[in-house]
Parts: sequence; structure tokens; C-alpha cells
Amino acid sequence: MHKIQSFPEYQVPGAQHQDFSPYESNGGSIVAIAGEDYVVIAADTRLSSGYTIHTRKQNKLFQLSEKTVLGSTGCWCDTLALTSLVNARMQMYEHLHLKTMSTEAVAQMLSILMYNRRFFPYYVSNVLAGLDSEGKGVVYSYDPIGHCERTTYRAGGSAGTLLQPVLDNQIGGKDRDVKNKPKVPLEKAKEVAKDAFISAAERDIYTGDSVILKVITKDGITEEEVQLRKD
Amino acid sequence: MSIMAYNGGCLVAMRGKNCVAIATDHRFGIQAQTISTDFEKVFQVNPRTFLGLVGLQTDILTVHDRIMFRKKLYEDRENREMTPEPFSAMISNFLYEHRFGPYFIEPVIAGLHPKTLEPFICNMDLIGCPNKPDDFVVAGTCSEQLYGMCETLWKEDLEPAELSEVISQAIVSAFDRDAISGWGATVYIIEKDKITKKQIKTRMD
Amino acid sequence: MNMELVRNVPKGGFNFDNCKRNEMLLSSGFQHPKTVKTGTTIAGIIFKDGVILGADTRATEGPIVSDKNCSKIHYLAKNMYCCGAGTAADTEMTTDLIASQLEMHRLNTGRQVPVVAANTLLKQFLFRYQGHISAALVLGGVDKTGSYIYCIHPHGSTDKLPYATMGSGSLAAMSVFESRWKPDMTEEEGKLLVRDAIAAGVFNDLGSGSNIDLCVIRKDSVDYLRNYELANLKGKRHGDYRFKPGTTELVGKEEIIEVVPFEAFHKKLYGDETAEAMEVGA
Repeated sequence: MHKIQSFPEYQVPGAQHQDFSPYESNGGSIVAIAGEDYVVIAADTRLSSGYTIHTRKQNKLFQLSEKTVLGSTGCWCDTLALTSLVNARMQMYEHLHLKTMSTEAVAQMLSILMYNRRFFPYYVSNVLAGLDSEGKGVVYSYDPIGHCERTTYRAGGSAGTLLQPVLDNQIGGKDRDVKNKPKVPLEKAKEVAKDAFISAAERDIYTGDSVILKVITKDGITEEEVQLRKD
Repeated sequence: MSIMAYNGGCLVAMRGKNCVAIATDHRFGIQAQTISTDFEKVFQVNPRTFLGLVGLQTDILTVHDRIMFRKKLYEDRENREMTPEPFSAMISNFLYEHRFGPYFIEPVIAGLHPKTLEPFICNMDLIGCPNKPDDFVVAGTCSEQLYGMCETLWKEDLEPAELSEVISQAIVSAFDRDAISGWGATVYIIEKDKITKKQIKTRMD
Repeated sequence: MNMELVRNVPKGGFNFDNCKRNEMLLSSGFQHPKTVKTGTTIAGIIFKDGVILGADTRATEGPIVSDKNCSKIHYLAKNMYCCGAGTAADTEMTTDLIASQLEMHRLNTGRQVPVVAANTLLKQFLFRYQGHISAALVLGGVDKTGSYIYCIHPHGSTDKLPYATMGSGSLAAMSVFESRWKPDMTEEEGKLLVRDAIAAGVFNDLGSGSNIDLCVIRKDSVDYLRNYELANLKGKRHGDYRFKPGTTELVGKEEIIEVVPFEAFHKKLYGDETAEAMEVGA
């Protein structure tokens, strides 16, 4: 089991070398659920590294336009670099084309921006939520090097593995005999998103403090905050 | 990759009102290759006591044999049935004996005390640290998914029929998001006068 | 006796049968599995009439909480308790083992065992295993000669201190002690101080969490205050997640196994003696 090393703790002086690690995991989770005419996106507000909490009130949701919100967690410095780049690109687009980027266009651009760093990626877990050009709710999820998938619900970040089956079960209606899947009303989506975070805060040490929930409809974006465990 | 994920598999046990439930998947594989889909990881050790073991399959079989040997030795010496609590203490000691050369398994114990009918659930890590909460225990390659499901679905004082649905939905949704668990599932609901065994219809991919 | 049987009868002590095999498996690229750790904040102080020990109740497996309400203040003897941090199985088993050795010692000598004896037994045991048993302990107790807090490290070194903390939240807890501990505190002051120290760990260290346990040991009485404060309650869910019976599809019919009542089962297995008579020595 424990392999006996010749010099466990007393390594030869001078033979040590410091490794530089460019990445850090700052924790945090995102849940997004899309419906017929709305989309709900939620993220917790704990920013941490290792066993320490940096802040208990870091909003991880970035409003990119009237109908697009990006949730981003992972290495926080990469999140900041990436979102400021996205914002700059969106402004350039607006000046060039005299219109706001659609959610689909933002989704495609985000994928390209991330793939541009194929061999030194942004270490982030992104979930993009918005209304598409027909006004329908839509969710895009990404891997760190820009693979993009359009879905109706997604959980990402440190508690992503815990919450994805919950969404499969409650929103996707998987694993039971439902012939025609009922549409998920907005209230149910909000409820599941909040409860998912309450569950995640119980078991994932990197998720907690509070959750910010944004609801995007054709009438605009509303925001809500729910308190979570603080330990 | 961890040696615990070599064969895949998962287990969950839950406490209900005067009942307990334990569920297992059916897969036995070697890394990504599925070898068989009828390997149940739950064993009935006494009328109302069940033992589940996940991890390396060779160790599941070995540990099961050794545990049963010790259990029978105890019952013959003491001339009485082994109740779930000392049974789990015995497993804990057995695993800790192998602290420096462990068996790569994680046990889950679920049962009712034969006389008081008090529900009992317990799980351990591979070196026998017992954990006896009052809600649910999970183990296996999709334990994180199971934690998410159980935390959301489980609530206090579930009746046997409700508990059966909750545990079934929890395990199926959880292992659908794990590539090396699944391929069928069995749920046991243990009540004072009967045990209900259910085979759940699941995705087979 | 059958040799096959004798070989399987447990001998006691550690068993190293699997070491060669496991080393082979691990050297072929498999990672060693995670064990349950208690990230932990544990603390102890000396106050006017004795000692107060404190601990959080979270056990973790990597970034996941595996036990939300575990008990980290272990019994050693009537006048001694011991908080444990590190690998959960190690702290549990080490304190259990030493507790029985102390009880044997008490019966052999016919006297209350001094705290220093427990300290010596623990440090000698841990030193023998050269740090491979990763138990970091805060031992506290009261005996005829006074009140003591000992810090015991996994390699077997120990400190005798008036106030001590250990575990991943030790710095958070120690910052509270360093600013507020003073000699000869009253019991109420002491309990509040230890509570605050553990709370500092619970809220500021991610490896610690859930509730606060305390244990007050005086010259001839002990208060084991399990879940002294429920610092973090389980979250209340908004929705109802019960399913209608029959939601989950089954393969074939459910199978019902009848279970005979306890007495009848017992009779079948062990003959005519009643179950009550069996309970002797239970």
C-alpha cells in the first residue's frame, strides 16, 4: 500500500524543484432549466479554494444581454478573463451590426473563444441560459475546451454530478412510465432549482452560503436569493 | 482510475417508517466492458438483515465468505441470531484488521432488529469506519449521484410503498449518469412480517 | 480441528495478507481508494474545575460529506475523553483499543488511571506505526493530580498544553483561544469559549461542519453534551418529491418473501430453548 520511499520527508537539499500550477479550483455549482417561454439559471455564491472560503457572496451569473445569462464556475480568474472577453466581443458585435447578439450567436462565439485556447484551456464549467430568437428557453453547456451542447436542463460545477440525475428525474421525467412528458411550469422549475441547491449544500463542501436564481422571460430578468448552509 | 471502480456497481439503503430498503444494480464489468448483467451485490444474511458489498468483485466474494464464516461462528458460539448492530461491528473490525492491506470493498448493511424491529442502516469505507445516519447510506461508483438523488427525494417516515418508489427512482436516475453501473436493479423492502423483492426495469446501456 | 477452519479463525492484530497483492495492483497504475477522513476542528481547554473538549461533527470523503453528524469525542475512561482528527477509522479504532487497555490497567491496579498513562499508551502505539495510523488526537482528562490536555500527533509526539486545537480547522479555533483563553475560567465561560472556537472552525473551514459537540470533565463528574448546539440545520425543501405507487416500472412481478416471527425462527435454528434464555450475556 504505502510504498517505502528512500527519502520520505528529508529530501536531498537542492534537489527540490517548485512546480507552478496555473489552475485552481474555486468551487461553485450552476443549475439551468429551460421551459417553453422561460429559462431559470441559478448559481451558489460561495467562492473557495482548498479548505478556505474566499467570499460568501460572489455572484457567478453574468448577464450578457436582455435575454442571455452565463453561469461560470471553476478557476475563478479564468472565469473573469473569459467573461470580460465575451463582453468585449459582444460590444464589438453591437457596434458593427447595430443589434444585440442573439443567444444562439453568443453560444457559438463562446465555444470558439474557448477552443481558441485548446492547449492551455480556460479551466471553467460554463452553462449559458437564454431565450432563443423564437422566444423559447434554451440552455447550452460546455466542456473546458469549447464543446457545446444545446439542452433543456443542465447542472454544472462542483456539485454537477450530484444534481444532474436530480434534473433528469424531476425535469426530464426519465426512468418512469410517462407516455407524453408534461411541460414543466415555471414554478416547478424554480422549486427544483432551489431544492437542488439545498441538497448540494448538504453534501458538497464547495457549495453553500446562498443561491442566486435568475428567471429570464420575454418581460425581462428577475432575480431571487435563497439562503443555504454556511458551514 | 481507482481500483474500486474496476468492476463498477452501486448500492443504496434507506430507512423508512418501521421498514428499511436496500437496492443494488446488476452490472459486473471489467472497466468499460460489461461481462454480466445478473450480478447482485446484496446478500441476505439473516431473515431481516441484508449485507451489500461493492467494489472489486473478487473481494466482494472473498469478504462475503469470510464474513459469513465469522457470523456463523458467532451464532454457534452464542446460540442466537446475530442482530444487525453487532453484525456491522464485526464487519468493521474485520475490515480494520486489514488496515494496511485492505479489501477493496465498501459494505452497506440494512436490516430490522429481529426482536425490537428497530430499523438499522450502516455503511463503511474500505477500512471499516462505520457511519450510521438516520436517513440513508450510499456506496459505489455513482455515490455522488446517489447523494444528490437521496438528499432530494428522501424524507422522514416514508411508508413501505413510498420508500420503495423513492429508493427505486433514486438508484435508477443515479446510475443512468454512471457508465459502469446499472444494467438492471433489485430493491428489497424489509418489513416486520415480509420482505418484498422487486426487479426494476432500467436502461440496458 | 480442521486445518482449513483454524486458518480462518481470526487471530487478532493487523492482517497483512493482501499487502503484496495490493501493492502489485497499485503499481500497475490504479489509485489507492479514498478513506473517510474527518477534516475536523477539535479543541480542548483547561478551566477552573477540569477540562472541556469540543468537536464538530462532519466526516468527509474528498469534497463530499459522508457523515453529517458523526461523533468525534471518544470515550477512554470515566475521567478521560479523547477528540480525534484524521482518518476516521484510525481515530475510532485507536481510541477504542486504548480505552480497553486503560480499563484493564484500572482493574489490575485498582485505581483511577492517571491521564498521563493514557497519553503514554497512545503515543507509544502511534509511534510504533511510524505515522501510518493517521490519528491526531486531543486528549483531555482529570485525575488526582489535576486537569490535563494533551495534543498527540500521528507520529507519536505529544504536547502538554493548557489549551489545544487540532485538525483542518485548528487555526480558526486557535485564533479564538489565543485571543480569549485565560487561566481559571468558570465552566460557563469555558463552554462558551470552546463553542466559539469550534464554531469558528465549522463556519470558516470547509473540512469541518454541521453541529458542535462538547464534553465537560470535572473532578468527579462528566457531562457529555452530544449536539450541544445544532449550528447547521438540514435544509428544508420547497417541493414534495413523493411518487405515486407504481411510478417505477418493474420486470415481472414483485416477489414476497415471508419472514417468520423471531421466536419461531429461533426455535427452528437452535432447538426448544426459548429466545429469552438466549439473551444471557447479551
